[in-house]
Amino acid sequence: MYRRTLLSTAAALALGLGLPAAAQDDPMKVGFIYVGPIGDGGWTYTHNEGRLAVEEHFGDAVETVYQESVPEGADAARAMTQMALSGADMIFATSFGYMDQVLEVAAQFPDVTFEHATGYKQAENVATYSARFYEGRAVIGHIAGRMTETNTVGYIASYPIPEVIRGINSAYIHAKKANPDVEFRVVWAYTWFDPAKEADAASALIEQGADVILQHTDSTAPLAAAESAGDVIGFGQASDMAEYKPSPRVSSILDIWGPYYIDRIEAVMDGTWESGDTWHGIGEGMVGIGEITEAVPEEVRAEALALKERIASGEYHPFTGPLNKQDGTPWLAEGETADDGTLLGMDFYVEGLTGEIPN
Amino acid sequence: MDLATIQPAILIASLMVSSTPILLAALGEMVVERAGVLNLGVEGMMITGAVSGFAVAINSGSPALGFLGAAAAGAALSLAFAVLTQFLLSNHVATGLALTLAGLGLSALVGKPYEGMKAPTLPKLDLGPLAEIPFLGRVLFSHDVMVYASLALVAAVWAVLRFTRAGLILRAVGESAEAAHALGYDVVRVRVLAILFGGALAGLGGAYISLVRVPQWTEGMTAGAGWIALAIVVFASWRAGWVLVGAYLFGGVTVLQLNLQAAGAAVPVALLSAAPYLVTILVLVIISARGLQGAPAALGRSFHASG
Repeated sequence: MYRRTLLSTAAALALGLGLPAAAQDDPMKVGFIYVGPIGDGGWTYTHNEGRLAVEEHFGDAVETVYQESVPEGADAARAMTQMALSGADMIFATSFGYMDQVLEVAAQFPDVTFEHATGYKQAENVATYSARFYEGRAVIGHIAGRMTETNTVGYIASYPIPEVIRGINSAYIHAKKANPDVEFRVVWAYTWFDPAKEADAASALIEQGADVILQHTDSTAPLAAAESAGDVIGFGQASDMAEYKPSPRVSSILDIWGPYYIDRIEAVMDGTWESGDTWHGIGEGMVGIGEITEAVPEEVRAEALALKERIASGEYHPFTGPLNKQDGTPWLAEGETADDGTLLGMDFYVEGLTGEIPN
Repeated sequence: MDLATIQPAILIASLMVSSTPILLAALGEMVVERAGVLNLGVEGMMITGAVSGFAVAINSGSPALGFLGAAAAGAALSLAFAVLTQFLLSNHVATGLALTLAGLGLSALVGKPYEGMKAPTLPKLDLGPLAEIPFLGRVLFSHDVMVYASLALVAAVWAVLRFTRAGLILRAVGESAEAAHALGYDVVRVRVLAILFGGALAGLGGAYISLVRVPQWTEGMTAGAGWIALAIVVFASWRAGWVLVGAYLFGGVTVLQLNLQAAGAAVPVALLSAAPYLVTILVLVIISARGLQGAPAALGRSFHASG
């Protein structure tokens, strides 16, 4: 933590010194706060792709700045304050753990517009946005269930927050539908990005018999571990991770932020921006499914694509009853679908998953 | 819960692999600190080693050359630290931190073209019948050469510091630079050599992450390992044997808790993750209660031969 404090302070200082406050008729300045390095090949990489899409779309009308590897917690407040002081008109904070700091800084800078990814607390000048990744996880869960031969699927989870729990549940439900014998092993890595630890977690799961690895961490290290183990497959997370095609990476969940960022920046320019919560999925194009490679049998690919289409059209909701909670209590009745409120605060496993969610 | 699926032999073998990077880096830093220099740039030197080793291994096709390149790159970066602190007498702490920032930035820049590439990895040594021994074979005789090299280095550093004249001089410089100077030893030269050694080992540790443990290049991939190495030096109270214990303990607890989770054991994850830090605090309390400080007396102080 010490290192990161120093890093972010130094970077914030550099930012503050290097970029004098913008005058009125300057281009609109948009800041991005990233939780990992752009080169993580995953989560932060995709947000930066969104930022590049903004630059390309607006040209000289928008100037973007960003800060990488900003730790969640108090340091994020410092980074955002520096960004606001150096003239940013709008700030995208792209990790769940920035939530309280976003609200704190937003209260001090009422003229700056904030957008917080994957959070659930809004304010007058703070909107939240997220993607329905669980829709993508339903599709790869289906592939995982069909592809596993040991009937053991390993899942590298990051932190026990609703977003991650939702993903585990969605993947499990659809793996189970495809293969009633499937069993999930979940490892909580307590990090979004630590390639060495992610590789260790993947190896531990593979040693325990998992032959499909799902991940909710940001680096490509689990795919590297799957590759060196041989007969193990995995999926790209956040970005396509195409360098591991055709196997171990057999498909991927893609985060596509660019169109949303462009929309929201335009809204600020027009003065039509309003706080709110946006939650888009495959249908709106915020979540994509990367190419399903030839390592997946044609039949399974067709099933996965059909599932994707049904989700995109709204015909099918990944959380459709009958579903019970882990302890056997009924959650959704036959044909009932989960409401967004429950999904956003999800803190329980569905029936069939083993293990406990750490607090 | 299915603990029977955890095999102790595999567990110990994988903890040795996952501890090797911090072991190498901590050992190097221990030598640096015994010479009275506090180099907080371990993280920066590790990541520089990681990217250089990866790049050299890809371009040459040889992981061995990769490790050599990593050691050279780590030492080269530490040379900057040596020049600043030993000749220009800059503050050790500030310079070390700057070194980390520089290393992280430099490695991101150099590593850009190597993202997503695959390097040749280090093969396991073929020790023939030894590897067939039940349990011990898997634990001790199934590793790549760097694991053995790191253990040999621990023994070598221990022996040199304890039994040789060179080791005595190094310790003298670290305890009292003035006294060593008065005896006619070249304090600055000894310190520069120690810094270069520390840089080379940190580079090797970094390359072990990018070439063996992960193996790939990803920006920022050392993810704080250098800081753990620094903590281990304190934990070990500047002794080679304890550096080994500390590194294996840190690596071991990490691997153990991941394996327990994968096996479906109901373990309090947060508690296990905090365990190495709790043990460190405990050890520090015991050390200070026994009145043994362990830290070299001249640690972090600049020396200039005036007059």
